[in-house]
Amino acid sequence: MSSDVLNNERDVTGSKPQTPQNIENNLSKDTEFINAKSYLLTASTKTGLNLYDHLAKVLAKVLEERPENVADVFEDFSNNEKKAKFVSSVDTVQNKDDKSTEVALAEIQEKLFSKGDGEDADVEPEEEIETPLPNLMELCYYFEQAGIGLNREEVIRVWLALKNLVDNHPLQHVRFWGKMFGTEQNYYVAEVEYREGEEEEEEEENEETHEEDTTEKDLDEEDEDAEIDDTPKPDYKPPPVIKKEDNRTGANKKTYFVCNEPGKVWVKLPQVTPAQITTARKVKKFLTGRLDAPVVSFPPFPGNEANYLRAQIARISAGTHISPLGFYQFDEEEEEEEEAQRDNFVENIDFEGIPVRELIDPSLSNWVHHVQHVLPQGRCTWWNPIQKSEDDFEEDKEEEEGDEPEEAEPEVGPALLTPLSEDAEVENMPPWTAKVSSRLVPQYSIAVLHSNLWPGAHAFGTEKKFENVYIGWGHKYAAENYSPPPPPAVMEEFPSGPEITEAEDPTPEEEAALRAAQQEAEEAEEMEDDEDEEDEEA
Amino acid sequence: MDARDLHLNIDYVGTAGIILSPEQKAALQTSLTILQSNQKFSRVYFWGKILGVKDDYYIAQGVGSDEFSERKILYSKDCIRWGLLPPATDEMREKAKLAKGRFTGDPSFEFEHTEIKKIGEGDDATEEEETITIKEEDRLAAVISEIDSDVRIVPRRSYIKTPTGQGFVNRSFEGLSVSEAAKLCNYMHFRNPKQLQEKSLLQRANLDKAIDFMDPVDEDIPKGSWSLQFERGSGLVLLRSVLWLGYVFYHVPGTRHYGSIYVGTGEKNMDLPFML
Repeated sequence: MSSDVLNNERDVTGSKPQTPQNIENNLSKDTEFINAKSYLLTASTKTGLNLYDHLAKVLAKVLEERPENVADVFEDFSNNEKKAKFVSSVDTVQNKDDKSTEVALAEIQEKLFSKGDGEDADVEPEEEIETPLPNLMELCYYFEQAGIGLNREEVIRVWLALKNLVDNHPLQHVRFWGKMFGTEQNYYVAEVEYREGEEEEEEEENEETHEEDTTEKDLDEEDEDAEIDDTPKPDYKPPPVIKKEDNRTGANKKTYFVCNEPGKVWVKLPQVTPAQITTARKVKKFLTGRLDAPVVSFPPFPGNEANYLRAQIARISAGTHISPLGFYQFDEEEEEEEEAQRDNFVENIDFEGIPVRELIDPSLSNWVHHVQHVLPQGRCTWWNPIQKSEDDFEEDKEEEEGDEPEEAEPEVGPALLTPLSEDAEVENMPPWTAKVSSRLVPQYSIAVLHSNLWPGAHAFGTEKKFENVYIGWGHKYAAENYSPPPPPAVMEEFPSGPEITEAEDPTPEEEAALRAAQQEAEEAEEMEDDEDEEDEEA
Repeated sequence: MDARDLHLNIDYVGTAGIILSPEQKAALQTSLTILQSNQKFSRVYFWGKILGVKDDYYIAQGVGSDEFSERKILYSKDCIRWGLLPPATDEMREKAKLAKGRFTGDPSFEFEHTEIKKIGEGDDATEEEETITIKEEDRLAAVISEIDSDVRIVPRRSYIKTPTGQGFVNRSFEGLSVSEAAKLCNYMHFRNPKQLQEKSLLQRANLDKAIDFMDPVDEDIPKGSWSLQFERGSGLVLLRSVLWLGYVFYHVPGTRHYGSIYVGTGEKNMDLPFML
């Protein structure tokens, strides 16, 4: 009865024969029903909603969508239905096209996929023009076999970004160095070598020297002031500044570009100085992802995050860039100078390739480092810090009082192309872990090396191909907790003597005694004077 | 990370340097399916990978209908055969903290830790060395439970608590919006709350009992122990823990896709205060 009524409200009394009893019954039921319905239809005084309409809507929605186990989520349906009341379907604010960051980035990256300008596209690409761009997808394929690397789509983007880099700079050699994670953004790092003689001039160097000059001048001025005030001067002499390595040698052999997202601008990293490398060894900091961010650390790091990043790159490259034995060889013409450490090598054209089985041999004698070791000094070739003191001899004359620096012992590191078997152990662990990429099909697998010293550094080798990559946070492995180096020893205090010792104030009695004594002495003098005068007169 | 669409979900964390080789993906797909049916789990998660010096451990987690209490950890070295790990006891956790260095890859390996104890007082004090051995399998179990309790997170509203006290997947969860996803307070630790009881009534007044029954991430100490980044503009949000380097959580804003994975050495980053 009541369902009938629900369906057809107007036909309230039409369904049953109207006997007197029925009429009475019906009437009472109907009034009950009408009471109930009118109650349900009562609008809330606060929101203006009524339960009847609400339930009807919710039930209609449930029947439309037919979700599973609807009894469990009925509250949410009801809740959503109520919420929907408050959202206007037409909203001037919402309908305004607001570009999300997703769209903004896609627009930046779209440029990567365009095939140059209209004019360029028409020009037939010259056949067999040698491009320094590496076949990144092939390398990605090999790394993927080993379970290392990045998404394929991401690699494509990086590849296109590298192509951009090649198009805009006169480069001879380019490779994808790796990815460094930061807390806010990440860095993609490209390692490049400029073509001979086409290097872009660096202007930063001059600026740096200027800065040094000004600081020196300031010091001189301070010296002049000091003569007047005679403030104590510390006799601390900063250790001699180790000279930076020239472009194309040592730690500055390669140039590095970084960007935060493929498609964004490639930023050239500044050259690394030995001081930065030595300090970077002592600190452990997260990268943020902003190149101009300060590096707050102890000992203070000379430079900002760009310098820190560059120093870490130099350290990681020196530690983890490896190639199969025989892939590179020393230039035979240069053999004359055997004394000096050789820092140049050429690709061995006759390289035959080493079978995978030998590449994963635990002794690792078939892999060699092809980046120079960085000495404790922070340079790859040792530089005598004392020679500078000879240049400005006069200054030294004043300062050198007794402690003449001892003859510096040259630091020696392993030579270039030293096998990995010479690597030192890392906290009782082998420095490298060698594996094959597949246990199930070993015939076609490749050799993979993971560095244990720099977690995140990997290399693969197969027949004639090899590649290194670094994907990680840029920190060296340490089993022990990091503890910052202690501050330098406290300097000795000024020798305490009577001239700087505070004396106790004299008591009034003492003062009086002193005064009396002085007076007596004066009187005595006067007396003498008088006597003298008298004598003279006489 | 749900094992059912592992091959799709693993792509979300690729930008964090976590990928599986095709062979591993294929092997996991097969073996985890069998694992789920054999062990009668209602869901299986691919938990991650712990890198050892010689070998790596692949970790899977099977859960029953109540995800909070019925958890089982399994490990494998070849992605095919899975072995059950013992549940981590408090004693195992304490011992595991003493073990130093990387995992080796051999479950029966024993780490040794010597502790020097002083016996007696004053001049009679004699030093005695006590050697504690820790089995690698136990350490593995302990580290996994530590990571779970320290950093495993889910988006807010993705789980609800019923009046009977059980936690369930919220079927009505529709994902965080982009602006919500950018805030750390919209992520919760997937564990029994530790800090919630310590809050004052006033602080708890605004919380929704059904939703806010876990600790939010933004109260973690030290500040900055999470690195929140948007990938693909705002199409994907990645949260990486810097306390446990290698833990990555992903969520696609506006969808129900979320999950997390740990690929790392299994060592806690104790140097964090110096590194921020």
